[in-house]
Amino acid sequence: MAVQRDLATGTPIAAASAPMPPPRSEVGAIGWVRHNLFSSWSNALLTAVALFVIWKLVDGIISWGIVNAVWSGDDGSACRVEGSGACWIFIKAKIGQFIFGRYPEEERWRVNGVFILAGAGLLPLMVPRIPGKTWSAAYTLFIFPVIAFWLLTGSASGPGAGLLDLLGLCLAVAGLAAFALSRSKSARVPPQTLRLVSGFCFLLAYPLLMRWLCSTSGLLNLRPVPTELWGGLLVTLVVASVGITGSFPVGIALALGRRSRMPFVRWASVGFIEFVRGVPLITVLFMASVMLPLFLPAGVSFDKLLRALVGVALFAGAYMAETIRGGLQAIPRGQFEAAQALGLSYAQRMGLIVLPQALKLVIPGIVNSFVGLFKDTSLVLIIGLFDVLGIVQLNLTDAKWFAPSTAMTGYVFAGFVFWVFCFGMSRYSQMIERRLAAGDRR
Amino acid sequence: MAVTGIAGRAPRRTRSLLDLLYRPEVRQVLFQIILIIALAALFWMIVSNTAANLRRQNIASGFGFWNTTAGFDISQTLIQYTNTSTYGRVFWVGLTNTLLVAAIGVVLATMLGFVMGIARLSRNWLIARLATVYIETIRNIPLLLQLFVWYFAVLKSLPPPRQSLELMGGAVLNLRGLYLPEPLPQPGFEAPLAVLVLGILAAIGLAIWAKRRQRLTGAQFHTGLAALVLIVVLPAAIFFLVGAPLEFDYPTLRGFNYAGGIVVLPELLALLLGLVIYTGAFIAEIVRAGIQGVPKGQHEAANAIGLSTGQTLRLVVIPQAMRIIIPPLTSNYLSLIKNSSLAVAIAYPDLVSVFAGTVLNQTGQAVEVILITMLVYLSLSLITSLLMNWFNARMALIER
Repeated sequence: MAVQRDLATGTPIAAASAPMPPPRSEVGAIGWVRHNLFSSWSNALLTAVALFVIWKLVDGIISWGIVNAVWSGDDGSACRVEGSGACWIFIKAKIGQFIFGRYPEEERWRVNGVFILAGAGLLPLMVPRIPGKTWSAAYTLFIFPVIAFWLLTGSASGPGAGLLDLLGLCLAVAGLAAFALSRSKSARVPPQTLRLVSGFCFLLAYPLLMRWLCSTSGLLNLRPVPTELWGGLLVTLVVASVGITGSFPVGIALALGRRSRMPFVRWASVGFIEFVRGVPLITVLFMASVMLPLFLPAGVSFDKLLRALVGVALFAGAYMAETIRGGLQAIPRGQFEAAQALGLSYAQRMGLIVLPQALKLVIPGIVNSFVGLFKDTSLVLIIGLFDVLGIVQLNLTDAKWFAPSTAMTGYVFAGFVFWVFCFGMSRYSQMIERRLAAGDRR
Repeated sequence: MAVTGIAGRAPRRTRSLLDLLYRPEVRQVLFQIILIIALAALFWMIVSNTAANLRRQNIASGFGFWNTTAGFDISQTLIQYTNTSTYGRVFWVGLTNTLLVAAIGVVLATMLGFVMGIARLSRNWLIARLATVYIETIRNIPLLLQLFVWYFAVLKSLPPPRQSLELMGGAVLNLRGLYLPEPLPQPGFEAPLAVLVLGILAAIGLAIWAKRRQRLTGAQFHTGLAALVLIVVLPAAIFFLVGAPLEFDYPTLRGFNYAGGIVVLPELLALLLGLVIYTGAFIAEIVRAGIQGVPKGQHEAANAIGLSTGQTLRLVVIPQAMRIIIPPLTSNYLSLIKNSSLAVAIAYPDLVSVFAGTVLNQTGQAVEVILITMLVYLSLSLITSLLMNWFNARMALIER
């Protein structure tokens, strides 16, 4: 087909009316650099400053962490050489302590077993594509903690164990009785109340009976390992996971209490939340470690780790309560009223209608609390427990490894461990948020 | 409840008590009574157990220890203190040290946070990425670990006094701390100082007058320029006119250590570095969220009525962003104050370190000491929230 030409000038029309390609300097890599780095003089100056900072940082990290780092040797003498960088052999030699603390070496398979069992429960829960969420949740919340407790502490047959067994048996019988009563038509108490009671009894009886089964089966008679020997990543993960699971129900209860119509319940919740949020975690931990023994009758004593766990869970619970309250306040009144109109009880209204919506709204806040709690676990070193940071700090005093760069190497390792967990948590929550927001997407 | 029989059946009297239990009002009262009894029982148990335990361990109770001689030294005291002072004096020394860290930390963290928050939104790709890396790294590492890095890995590996690092303006940095030159006002310094105070007052008055005039007539006045003259140029001119009556006491090496000047302990330096860099990262995220929370239309509208970039930021964007920023900023200030208690880990003599640490160990009166410490932090938190709420109310949107 012949090219159409303008009658007056004879230039091709198509060429004139088709859009001209943008100048080479406005597109592609060159255009990107021009727009993002050198759009003005001040911008170019900033780019130069940034390049200088990046060069300094990268150069420092590479020469300290790789080029000048000490990769082989048996003790600190290799790291004491003038101008040497990171003392990685220190980490290599102490990695067992950093993960398990002073947990006896021949028993460390138990800790590894707990890590694997935890992963087996958490992985199907966390990866959306894997089916069977209900079963994994049941395993992670009910079966795993008992096995983990038994594996980590060893057979716990101390004084009072017989009493615990009896209590477990009584609770189980009571639960069965309540369940049977709920099936019969002649009962005067409504069946849902009875079912609730029986569920509660089973929940309490379950760990006691599991403990009894484990200790009397005799198949796996484990050596008891006192918690004073635990340390490193093990303690960090135990404190963090118990704190996270403990703070959640505490937070929900306090948040509901703060919005309750019963004045005394409200005051009690407000008082507790504001008191705990107003003081530093250190003072709460001091209180748990110094004052709790004073509060208990003479002769009764708690494990030090357990004391720290109670302190951390209550502390995190108060923060969790405020986060959840934010979500509760965002749920329209109509939702409460509609649930009431349907005749749902308080527990049903909250459990089925309000909390699922409220919790979904505040996922970012909840994960922030979790990340904060995970970082706060490092504070247990102040009351004499050895988490990752505590065990690194303890090993820095080892004269065999004394070298100028040992401290920094240890801190970089501990910092990396914390960073991986915290960054991972926040990224995972962003993914979940996007998935849950699918219904709101336009 | 008046249940009448239907079709001749007898009223179900036997269930009336149980029915009563299912009435919400009755339940509420019952539940609260149970809660009160449980809390009271817990409280009574704690008090009686504690009293019994203290009696058994022969620990005194009450606040008699407040006036007992402490007998230990403190490395940094802002108020008069010797080792013959009382435990009560130790409390005040610790409190002032805590307040010092908190005040400097809040100011510096705010500055760093605003710079980094704005840098993260920079149009320069590299600057934005650098700020992101800073925020994401620092926020995800525990503060205690960062304090250890600054104290044990950085400041404790500085050279000894004889090989000190010489900084700008006669300041010196070594293992023992940071030594700054101390300004010593000479006779005649009062004149420029008085001019400075008067200048500040005049500038404030001028600003009020200019604002009122602009509201009435629309005429603008260069308040900034006038303030610069009143506060900087005029006092500086007077200062040099009367012969610059200010000398500096520079730190000098005498024997094995430096003498003179202002000494900043390495503990204080490490605590400040840690707190400021950690809290700054959180404030940066808040500032970013605040600026991004201002609708784009506000920028465009400001451009459309011909405001410059600076005016857009100053008059339109920042006042609106502040409304989003202030409430979370308050909670970050509170956490900075509370986090300053981590000083105990690097032996900076703050309230927790000297009072809840040394005094508690020496007297054994855990209940009194921990309670006082908690009360102090509670009141500090309360005062800060009140101040920030007042500031927030001033900045809030005035609606009908």
